[in-house]
Amino acid sequence: MTELIDLVLLAMLALTALKIIFLKDLFAVVMLFGIYSFLSALIFINLDAVDVAFTEASVGAGISSVLMLGTLALTGRTEKENKRSSLLPLLVVTVTGAALIYGTLDMPPFGAANNPVHEHVAPRYIEESPKEVGLPNMVTSVLASYRGFDTLGETVVVFAAAIGVLALLGVRREKTDNVRQSGFTDHYVLRIIAKLVIPLIILFALYVQFHGDFGPGGGFQAGVIAAAAFILYALVYGLPSAFRVVGPKFLQGLASFGVLLYASVGLYSMFKGGQFLDYNKLAVDPLAGQHYGIIIIELGVGITVFAVMLSIYYAFASQTERGNT
Amino acid sequence: MNFIFDYYNYWVVVFLMMAGFYIVISANNLVKKIVGLNIFQTSVFILYISMGKVSGGTAPILVEGVTQYSNPLPHVLILTAIVVGVATTAVGLSLIVRIKRAYGTVEENEFENTDDAI
Amino acid sequence: MFILDIVSSALLIAGVFFGLTGAVGLFKFPDFFTRIHAASVTDSVAAILIIGGLLLQTSFDLNTAKLLFILAFLLITSPTASHALAKSARHGGLLCLAETTNKPTDERPHD
Repeated sequence: MTELIDLVLLAMLALTALKIIFLKDLFAVVMLFGIYSFLSALIFINLDAVDVAFTEASVGAGISSVLMLGTLALTGRTEKENKRSSLLPLLVVTVTGAALIYGTLDMPPFGAANNPVHEHVAPRYIEESPKEVGLPNMVTSVLASYRGFDTLGETVVVFAAAIGVLALLGVRREKTDNVRQSGFTDHYVLRIIAKLVIPLIILFALYVQFHGDFGPGGGFQAGVIAAAAFILYALVYGLPSAFRVVGPKFLQGLASFGVLLYASVGLYSMFKGGQFLDYNKLAVDPLAGQHYGIIIIELGVGITVFAVMLSIYYAFASQTERGNT
Repeated sequence: MNFIFDYYNYWVVVFLMMAGFYIVISANNLVKKIVGLNIFQTSVFILYISMGKVSGGTAPILVEGVTQYSNPLPHVLILTAIVVGVATTAVGLSLIVRIKRAYGTVEENEFENTDDAI
Repeated sequence: MFILDIVSSALLIAGVFFGLTGAVGLFKFPDFFTRIHAASVTDSVAAILIIGGLLLQTSFDLNTAKLLFILAFLLITSPTASHALAKSARHGGLLCLAETTNKPTDERPHD
């Protein structure tokens, strides 16, 4: 049954990708890309990767689409007719694809339990992590504890991307008297429903943040969902009102605070006589120490991801508002 | 039929990868190139997650009475890769916005011509 | 339990049927406003039926509560989304089929 669902979903994904190649209307391309992301999230659920599906649905279909639409508002929505011949790219792609298909024939069969991937560290993660780390969700254990260095690196990369975007675009704060009325001023239904829904989204983000140890979720997803709540607010009520709620300067501080919080857990465990990010030393009982460490670093990840996603959105949105006036 | 099910995921991944690759090298519009890059990137994610799947296993969250779990390691790698992916996409898109401001176009051949004129 | 299973499968099948009709309508209907009508069938009726069918499969625990939350959330957000889409289309000057056939010239309503 799983294989059958997999077959259908992957075929739909391939058709979506094929359609994206031939479309000239970039607005439709971005919408199809949203569908593509949702389809791949479904595939991830079907392949047991619930945490990944969660992230893909909130990031790929939510934030990426908003950012791409923001770019389209500045650059125009149709692709011009391409005069170059597409023969050479087609040839390159066919040859590379054929080589890769030939390569897949040497891969171990899909889903077999004795594939090399499952023989090395995975059994240890699956069997020992509930005892060593004490969390039911193995993905969180591996992400935050066994591969804590890796996750710190990823968080720093996300932070660096925010610095890059802000250096390229910057968030310009207009003086309040010449700001055009932005947001949906005459969509009363939308304004009221948004007011109703935004607290629920933030509440859900907090649930995902702190329940990530036990079920699917964690800092990355929670940060993105919380950012989505504020992006909805900025879209409906306009950028100036969003700036009054969470200012861009405050967000920049928040982004660096998250990274520092993560790194300071590592330093504190060194101070306690362990190694960098050795949570066992954080409390007398090693399991409790693991628990404290994971909660704090997930919080750091959540704060950074939230602040970075929202500042990136602010940067794009303030460009659009400047372009329109 | 078994042979097809054994490799079907990998073949679709190759197809998606090549679709993304084709968009990147043939499209003239920079925003479309970014979409192509994202398709390429997602195909790599699907490759990793496919490799982590164990038939008959469940999601790697501890449940009483279940012994067969899918491999959690690819999930961890891809989870962080998705968030990093959107952050780098944002950098790419902001570069496009700057190019539009500097050259007045985001079509590759047009701003290349402007470059030659200078 | 047997009766519950039958009712739940009936609800699920009805939900899938309405989802399909919504998709067919989206492709077959002539203009934007009739299409959004078809799409909102999928949003509202199909979602209610499918979640209702799933509710009968739970054993009245945390999952039931979660499904009820999802249902409430969908009932608030999806009509809002349809409304916002239709209103924006109207605001942007899109005409429905009857208006375009009556007025062959490219006249747009003043709003």
